[in-house]
Amino acid sequence: MSLTGQLRYHFMKDIGAPALMGLQNITKKKRIRKPDPLFAPPLECTARLKEIMTRHYYLARFVPGAKPVAWVTSGAPVELLRSFGFYTIYPENHGSLVGAKKQGANMCAIAEGAGYSPDLCSYARIDLAHTLSGKTPAGRLPKPDILFAANNICQTIVYWFKAIAHHYDIPLILLDTPFNYSAINDGDIKYMVAQLQEMIPVLEQAAKKKFNYAEFQEIIGRARDTSLAWSDVLATMKNRPAPMTIFETFFHLAPIVSLRGLPVTYDYYQILLEELQQRVRQGIGAVTNERKRLMWDNIAIWYKVRDHSVQFAEQGMNFVTATYTNAWAETTVYMDVNNPFESMAKTYSLVILNNNLDYRLRLMERLIKEYQVDGLVIHSARSCKPYSVGQYDIKRKLRERLGIPAVVIDGDITDARAYSEEQTRTRLEAFFETMGD
Amino acid sequence: MPNDYFAGIDVGSLSTEAVIVDSNKHLLSYSIVNTGINSSAAAEEALSEALQKAELPRNRIAKIIATGYGRAAVGAAHKRMTEITCHAAGAQQLFPEVRTVIDIGGQDSKVIHIGQDGQLVDFAMNDKCAAGTGRFLEIMAKRLEVKLEKLGDLALLAEKAVSISNTCTVFAESEVVSLVAQNHPIDEIIRGLHVAIVNRIWNQVQTVGVHGQVALTGGVALNRGVVNLLEEKLEQTLEIYSEPQIVGALGAAILASK
Ligand SMILES: Nc1ncnc2c1ncn2[C@@H]1O[C@H](COP(=O)(O)OP(=O)(O)OP(=O)(O)O)[C@@H](O)[C@H]1O
Ligand code: SF4
Ligand SMILES: [Mg+2]
Repeated sequence: MSLTGQLRYHFMKDIGAPALMGLQNITKKKRIRKPDPLFAPPLECTARLKEIMTRHYYLARFVPGAKPVAWVTSGAPVELLRSFGFYTIYPENHGSLVGAKKQGANMCAIAEGAGYSPDLCSYARIDLAHTLSGKTPAGRLPKPDILFAANNICQTIVYWFKAIAHHYDIPLILLDTPFNYSAINDGDIKYMVAQLQEMIPVLEQAAKKKFNYAEFQEIIGRARDTSLAWSDVLATMKNRPAPMTIFETFFHLAPIVSLRGLPVTYDYYQILLEELQQRVRQGIGAVTNERKRLMWDNIAIWYKVRDHSVQFAEQGMNFVTATYTNAWAETTVYMDVNNPFESMAKTYSLVILNNNLDYRLRLMERLIKEYQVDGLVIHSARSCKPYSVGQYDIKRKLRERLGIPAVVIDGDITDARAYSEEQTRTRLEAFFETMGD
Repeated sequence: MPNDYFAGIDVGSLSTEAVIVDSNKHLLSYSIVNTGINSSAAAEEALSEALQKAELPRNRIAKIIATGYGRAAVGAAHKRMTEITCHAAGAQQLFPEVRTVIDIGGQDSKVIHIGQDGQLVDFAMNDKCAAGTGRFLEIMAKRLEVKLEKLGDLALLAEKAVSISNTCTVFAESEVVSLVAQNHPIDEIIRGLHVAIVNRIWNQVQTVGVHGQVALTGGVALNRGVVNLLEEKLEQTLEIYSEPQIVGALGAAILASK
């Protein structure tokens, strides 16, 4: 780490970025939004969210030379990295940004041009496209010093990150989380704990910093508190009407995915929670006419979030829960400051995508009951095989057990070429007809 | 009452149908025209033809419901509903015992589960690709230089089926070309194509499940090869209306009369 690099980074962090954000806020205030009769006014917190995420991506440019950089998967035990002071970049979060900017198909085409299959997850294609071409609508991502991954979400990530590791000639640190065909066993936990402990000397070398157990414990504590705050945020949607829509949570999710374990994230969810609780007290619903309550399954269709939120709100339907947003709250309870390694193994191994279908079914059943869900929308995502497999069986089982109507829409998380506007419209309208007027 | 007639118009990807019923839900007339490039013109043409057959002036129609892919283009419609609901309503009217409806049209196939009181319980549709739809069979008929109307019968005459590994229409087409080049009998290739399409539809049927009696609607119900192979899978006979293409429009007309 060079001294000039450090100076530049700290200058940007303390003076440059805040000045820039201030400037953005001033220009933004000039734009007056017309109130939308379908929705409550936007959450005040949204401005803060944008600020946090823009700052994170903006500062990332000045990080090389100042801090070690890690590219991390959404399900990796990042708490361990935090104690070494890594600046973390989440390619999946970057992929979702590119998708929301409707640039997914263009980026994917670059990776396909380089020989990657169109059947490969589009987050992977976008990241590989960025790595190969340097292009991204998100500005510029800093070159990684190490890669940090866990295969608790899929196996794709292993091969994708191997390709990146090969490209930059950097180490890939991988946590192998055995799939839970049934309940987790002691052998699995020991295996994961051993891996986590083996990572420490590698990380010490990459970060040129000694491991500090007390600091690590503090981070685990903060990560747990943050996840609990996120759980509380989601739980406000149990109220009728729900103070937020799941489409909004898809964006408010960004800090817990990519800035987990940092104080800024904990603070953010405190103010978000406060604003939502205020809405609940005042009886304000995010969708003004909340007639029916829905659950979303799978990752968002990033380029369609806005369209879908309007289309459903017009029907008086609000999404109040999703297996996807719940993933960052579901295993929080396992985190334990006094037993950090074992608890981390459980936290990261027991997530939805590393679990059997029966687990998923029970989870969805519980969410449907707790959130008083009337219908289920299932996104079958071409990218994400582990998430999309078994959805038809789950749909059938949930109908048999709870009599809940459901619809499957075929699409993709970011690659709009896998989405058919007309066909989706027909399916959704038929679903609305099933749900009755 | 002067205005006691109702119309349903189904603007599909290939064909457009109009059906007129009276307030007792009795079918008065119907028409089938090609959709062509202009959906709203096709809807107008179908409606005029049906009115003519029923010997009714336009102003006697109290309500029109449009359905099908081109439903948005039907300016005269008072309401628009999806084919799912309309095919279910049409099949229910024709066969009250039916609880499962399979509609195979030009670009879509769908399976619909109807509940005890006639309400929509569940449905499944094909994904974006044309495999498992009428279009697939049309393209293959053209490629094999066989009349579409003859395709199903040829499939039934074949002693065995050549296995077709691709369900993607484009790949299947080139597979057929090479099978012909390898001198496989045409009727066996045709049977293979029918087996492929029926397997594809069967997957869809299974996601919804088979409930009670089953009706087959849409133009592909005119293909005896598909009907036969599907009945073998179902282990029961299919309920098929003599004009299977108009079931969606009939359902729309019935719903308009309510
Ligand atoms: N006489 C016939 N014999 C055999 N098959 C036929 C015949 N007429 C039509 N078909 C089949 O029916 C298909 C068209 O069905 P239909 O008219 O129900 O489609 P559509 O309603 O226009 O399409 P969609 O519902 O998918 O939008 C054709 O692709 C063809 O395979
Ligand atoms: S979207 Fe699915 S396949 Fe892609 S990285 Fe995430 S878990 Fe893996
Ligand atoms: Mg049709």
